[in-house]
Amino acid sequence: MIEIKNLTKRFGHITAVDDLSFRVQPGEVLGFLGPNGAGKSTTMKMVTGFLAPTSGAISVCGHDVLTDAAGAQAAIGYLPEGAPLYPDMNPRSMMRFVGRARGMAPSRLTARIDEVCRLVHLEAVMDQRIETLSKGFKRRVGLALAILNDPEVLILDEPTDGLDPNQKHEVRELIRTMSAGKVIVLSTHILEEVEAVCTRAMIVAEGSIKFDGTPAELRGSSRFAGAIEIAVASDHAEVAQRDLAELASVSHIGEVVEAEGETRFVVFPATDAPLLEDVQRVAAGASWSLVRLAVDRGRMDDVFRTVTTGQSAQGA
Amino acid sequence: MRGTMTVFRRELAGYFGTPVAYVFLVIFLILAGVFTWQLGGYYELEQADLRGFFTFHPWLYLALIPALSMRLWAEERRSGTIEFLMTLPISTGGAVLGKFLAAWAFTGLGLALTVTNWWTVNYLGEPDNGVILASYLGSFLMAGGFLAVGSALSALTKNQVSAFVLTFTASLLFVLAGFPAVTDAISGWAPDWFVASIRNLSFLDHFDAITRGVVDARDVLYFLSVIALFLFGSAVIVDQKKAD
Repeated sequence: MIEIKNLTKRFGHITAVDDLSFRVQPGEVLGFLGPNGAGKSTTMKMVTGFLAPTSGAISVCGHDVLTDAAGAQAAIGYLPEGAPLYPDMNPRSMMRFVGRARGMAPSRLTARIDEVCRLVHLEAVMDQRIETLSKGFKRRVGLALAILNDPEVLILDEPTDGLDPNQKHEVRELIRTMSAGKVIVLSTHILEEVEAVCTRAMIVAEGSIKFDGTPAELRGSSRFAGAIEIAVASDHAEVAQRDLAELASVSHIGEVVEAEGETRFVVFPATDAPLLEDVQRVAAGASWSLVRLAVDRGRMDDVFRTVTTGQSAQGA
Repeated sequence: MRGTMTVFRRELAGYFGTPVAYVFLVIFLILAGVFTWQLGGYYELEQADLRGFFTFHPWLYLALIPALSMRLWAEERRSGTIEFLMTLPISTGGAVLGKFLAAWAFTGLGLALTVTNWWTVNYLGEPDNGVILASYLGSFLMAGGFLAVGSALSALTKNQVSAFVLTFTASLLFVLAGFPAVTDAISGWAPDWFVASIRNLSFLDHFDAITRGVVDARDVLYFLSVIALFLFGSAVIVDQKKAD
């Protein structure tokens, strides 16, 4: 378990992390979201004992990071931002180095190197110098080092950055399969990633928590959640909008976009209204016909922007 | 201890994974040869000893050790691998010691390869082997002193060239402190205890004492203290600067 209490970090007069408090339980995969410079990496660096906090307390699996950094570090597998590696080593020697530093028994280390190498698909490059590897391979070597001794806690700073879509998919699968009983914290810029792998999403901006909930709640808190996007032929757009606006279940209509003879607009629901039923009923009896209709589950990028900047995404 | 050994092994292997090791060893051996047989006036003196060889060691180290020590920490800080290293369950002191010992062992290897000089003088005459052995010990201790200074200064910067220049300058001061030109210049006006303290700080002074064949505990202790002090300094600087 990770427990963070009133964590603050200042660099000069810039406050990177401002009085942050939260807990992550085993089995949870926490997606750490936020704009660049929000304090995500700084928080991760403090949890892993690399950076000393200005004030506050961090405990990892019962080890206080400030007084027993080595104890906490023994429980943590960490992928730092950019996955720094020694360029003159190869993945195999790098894994041996980490295994020895973590005090793994030689036989277990050998077995784990084979296993991890298979999990992240490094078979082809195990004995190649790291400086000659592509960005995707380097990221996977970093990931392999983080999971090498099957740690209780995984801290992954942008684990899928620099990977192609297939590799991203594989890494997400890997994280999901490993998550049972572990504490996993990962940071990302990709909102879909949070939905794909995380059980909990947290948005940080300006050093403090702006949102903390499940990915579904995150999506649901979007103003688009439950809204219906409708497309009609542009000739009928005005009539259609007028007809729909008269419904009691409609709060307002917005996000109108016209393209190629077709007009799309979003019908926002009044609170708890049976919007879909009403829209279908009106459309069935109307002089205009629907080209397309889609119920919006909510837009994560919209919530993200609302939460981190106070503005809403336009036409997203 | 485990951390120190792990870092030591990685670092030592690292020297041989890059051309640095071979360039260093070749230049070290060429210079050692030139100093011994040419500049040292071995043949002119017609004496079977290695004084000429060892007299040049402080200057040899002055030029070569900063080149070896400059990457110890500066490179880790520049490339960001320091974050990887310092979040493994290894103490800062353990990592500092491991890196230092690897560099020291590597220098020791260079020194050990000059053993052919020793064979040669034994072939040519009958040198005092006790003095030569003491001189090797002194040289190795002095190399450790240079490396410890280099380790601390390498931790100060992310730039290897800066680390080289800083270490070269600091080492020069340590060597020159015992140089007659320096001690003469200050002995005119400074009190005797001050001149003696400055002289006592010099690598040259303590090294010369050992190469005369007298292994005085104070000289050995001096080098060990310099090493301990600068390694402690390295650990403090690494801790302070690692995340900058």
